Parts: sequence; structure tokens; C-alpha cells
Amino acid sequence: MSTFEGRVWKFGDDVNTDLIIPGRYLDNYDPAYLAAHAMEGASKDFSSKVSNGDIIVAGRNFGCGSSREQAVIALKHAGVGAVVAASFARIFYRNAVNLGLPVLISRDAHDKVREGLSVRIDAKHRSITASDGGVQVAVEPMPEHVARILEHGGLVPYIKTKLGTE
Amino acid sequence: MAGRTLSEKILARASGVADARAGDVVEATPDLVMSHENTFLVNKAFSEMGATRPWDPSKIVIVLDHRTPANSMQTASVHSKIRQIVKDMGISKFYDVGEGICHQLLVEEKLARPAQLILGSDSHTTTAGAVGAFGAGIGATEMAGVWATGKLWLKIPETIRISMSGHLGKAVFPKDIALMLAAKIGSSGADYKCVEFTGGFLFDISISGRMVLCNMAAEMGAKAAIVPADSTFSTWYPECGEGKTASCRSDPDAAFSSKMEIEVDPIPPMVSGPDKVEAAGDIAKFEGTPVSQAFIGSCTNGRLEDLIAASWVLKGRKVASGCRLLVAPASRQVLSDAMDMGAVRTIVAAGGTLLPPGCGPCLGAHGGVLGPGDVCISSSNRNFKGRMGSDEAEIYLASPATVASSAIEGRIADPRRYLDVDL
Repeated sequence: MSTFEGRVWKFGDDVNTDLIIPGRYLDNYDPAYLAAHAMEGASKDFSSKVSNGDIIVAGRNFGCGSSREQAVIALKHAGVGAVVAASFARIFYRNAVNLGLPVLISRDAHDKVREGLSVRIDAKHRSITASDGGVQVAVEPMPEHVARILEHGGLVPYIKTKLGTE
Repeated sequence: MAGRTLSEKILARASGVADARAGDVVEATPDLVMSHENTFLVNKAFSEMGATRPWDPSKIVIVLDHRTPANSMQTASVHSKIRQIVKDMGISKFYDVGEGICHQLLVEEKLARPAQLILGSDSHTTTAGAVGAFGAGIGATEMAGVWATGKLWLKIPETIRISMSGHLGKAVFPKDIALMLAAKIGSSGADYKCVEFTGGFLFDISISGRMVLCNMAAEMGAKAAIVPADSTFSTWYPECGEGKTASCRSDPDAAFSSKMEIEVDPIPPMVSGPDKVEAAGDIAKFEGTPVSQAFIGSCTNGRLEDLIAASWVLKGRKVASGCRLLVAPASRQVLSDAMDMGAVRTIVAAGGTLLPPGCGPCLGAHGGVLGPGDVCISSSNRNFKGRMGSDEAEIYLASPATVASSAIEGRIADPRRYLDVDL
């Protein structure tokens, strides 16, 4: 999980988990079903237009509200490759790491990166560069214990290694 | 060396280290873990991890509350599966459909106790702070990790200390104070932090009222919210009784990331909405907004004192035509007590509809889902667009008394017109 490339979808501040996956869809745990309703509260056509590897760039407090892990499942199975935000609500952040969806904090990305632009995230060198070369913004370093779980692809494979049940 | 905050003490003890401070990452073993319908996801991840037996079934609490009784065949299957998991794993602290809301039961059943570390796969796990526990919400997969290993990494949070003084004004309730705090602190102002409530005002409010404050701290981003031990609950919890309070309180010289002083007396009845909890203000700014549904219930405000406050407003009055009043007690015990005290009769006589104990329509799954154009005033905790159903509906948050007075008028209405006594 060192570099990702994808097209940018921009969202604002306080995108809560009811917008990411409304409660009415939570009685079905099928990832494909959840993915078909990803971001429905914030953008009606997101789930039909998102492509594999696309990157969400958002403002402050992304993923606030309910602890529902289906928010991450919906985004991941819709094809989202990474989420970059000025800040994350803590449970969403943990859920994303645990399910192997890269989450990166960048103070400036939301202001400087344009919707629809293709960008390249270099997690190791902590930068986001627009494909047209026009913009480069910094990404905050990922805490070591968080990076370790993401490198395993999430908490399930990480714990399997720990328990020796692989 | 500076003294320690209550969270620093609890998390150091839970992770078996002599000292740990805000910013340190620890591997902690919880005293209690709780999950609801998402136990289905917990168990799925638990199996995928290759684990078979949970580290300590006696510490696991499972409550069916979010979609109860089952709203669909799918939910019914999930409920059945969870009953099987409970049986297979020997989990005795299981609360089936109709017992109540998980956060309510943790306190009511005295499962949550002072100075405990409680992890719940629900964002409102902060509610347990009302009895001095450090309650934090986590996700389903990491709950599976806790089941498998008994451990979870946690960063010890900084603490915001909110010191509150004074007395509640006429027809003002802890919910109004919580909404005022949400407006002041904002949706992420307490992100990653613990909020500690202290000060003389706390002696004015019951454990139920303290649960409202701790519950709503989740809407400010808080990782946990906590009330240090005091005489209100130390008599019920001998572990923090006289001479033993040190482990249940922050040290006088503990380091807080910030301190706030709140004078409660001038706070009026508050309303918040639509769409953002922090969009809260004096009810005067919202009065007259037509409402088609009024909901009293949820882990925030479905307790006995909430139903009683609503019944005082509703006594001898009728819900306006064009408005539906729905009431979901937070637990079977609350329902039973509210029946004994006559509150249920009053609510039903006024035209209210009683729902079974549980989360009710708060999360938009069943029992009062909103359609396009509906406007709901609710005693719950979130007014996000689409939260209770249609994203073309609006949700406003308020205290149960304000919800009841609004139901009578069919528009947002000041409860001071209906509650003319100082409580």
C-alpha cells in the first residue's frame, strides 16, 4: 500500500455515515448491495459512476456519526481505492484501517485538488500529485501501528498472523 | 509529575501498565464488550480470523435493539443467527428483542461500573460514562479482534474538562444542555478526546440526565465521556465508595487539554436542526416550524424521567391532527415503571402511539420511518439528512418535553407554556 492512482471525487466537511450508507440498507450485509448504495445520501450517482481505484477527497470529520462498518464496506466494494480527508471521525478511521481501506490525512488536499482530476498518492513519500503535474500536496505520516494493520490488508489477516491460524 | 486524568488511570489499569499518559498507544483488555445486531458482522470477522472461542464469554454483552421486533425476513434471520452464536459461545449476558436499548441495559443492569473500560460496537457507547466507565465505540471487525485476543490498541485521549454550575431553568432538561454544548463544541470539537463532566450542576441531575450528556458527547466527536465518581452513584457502586474514589476521579493536578466553564441557568429550551446536530439554538428561533411526526425515545432520551416529563406536558391535552406522536421506552423496565406511574396512560390518552422498547425509528429502519416532506421533532441524537428515512425529510432534535409540546401544537412549540412549574 505505497502508491495509488485514481480519479478524484470531492466531498465537503462532516460527511456522516448516514450519508455514506443510509440506515435503511443495513439489514442486508451483502457487500455488493451496500456498494450499490454507497454515498447515496451525498451523491445520487456516485455508486453508478465510481470506477475501481477512484479516490475520495473530503474535508473535515469524514465518517462521523454511527459506528456502522457497512460505511467502509460500501465504499470499498464500490471500488474506492483510498480516502483522503482533512480529518476523520475516529471510528470510521479505525474501521477503514481494519478493513484494509487506506485512509490518509491531508490538510490541503480538499482545497487544492480538483474534482475529476487523476491523482497519484505516494504514501511512503507522503504526497499527493495531480496527474497534470499542477498540484502537489502533503499527506500526514501514518502511525506505525496503523500502517502495520494496513500492510497486512486489514485486521482479519493481521490477527490471523498473530494467532497463527493462516 | 502531573497527576492523571480519569481516562489515563482507567486505560493504564486496563493495559496492565503502571503509568500511561494522553498520546500513548496501549493494548488494553476491556472489562466489558457490547454489540447489537452487528454481532452478525463481528462473528463473521471472528470466524474469518480462524478463531473459535472468544477470550472471555462472561465479558460479552449482546443486545438485540436496532431492528426489534424484526422489520424484515433478513433481520429475522440475523436475529436467529445471533441467538445461535450466543448459545454456541456460552454468552450469558444476552438481551433479546423487547428488553431494551444496549446503552440503557448496560447501566440499568449495573453491567457498566465505575472505572471500567467498556468497548461497544456502537458510537453511543460513551453513554456508560454516566456511571464513571470509560466507554468507547469501535467497529465490528475490531470487536471480532477483541473477542479473539482480548485486546485492542487504543490511543489514550486527552481530556476536555467541562465544569458546570447552576440550575436548570423552567422546562429545561439535560438534553438542552447537551444541544448547547454541541453547538459550542461542534461536530468534531471533541474528536479523539474524552469529555469529563464535572461541577455542582451534576448534583442537580440524575444518572439518566448524566447519560444524556455522555451520550450526546458522541455528536461532538468524543471517544469517551465520563462523570467522575460522586455521591450520586458511589452508594450504588461500593467500588468507588468512601475512601475509594481516587481510582474513579481525575487527580486535582491532572493535565487537561482544555477546560470549559458552563453556567447552566441562562440556557433556554434548545432545538437543533435540520441536518447537523451543531445547528442548535434557542427554541425561539425554531418555534412555529410545522411538524408531522414527534418521536420520544432512543438511547438519548427514552428513560423514565423522559416519559414522565412528556406526560406532564401531555396531561389532559391532545396531539394535534396532522401530527403523529411515537414513544419508544428505552427498556422493558422503563416501560413497566412508566406504566406504574401513569405516564403511559397519559401518553396514550393524548393520542400517542407506543412502540416496543428498542431504538425505534431513530436510525430509519422501522417503526416510524419518514417519507418525503415529513418533518420530525425527535428526542434522539442525530438529525442527519436521511437518518430516519427519506432524505427529503427534515429532523429536529429537542428534549422530550419540547417534543411533547410540539406534538400538541403540530409545530415546534416552547415547553415552558405547558410546564409552568420549576422542576
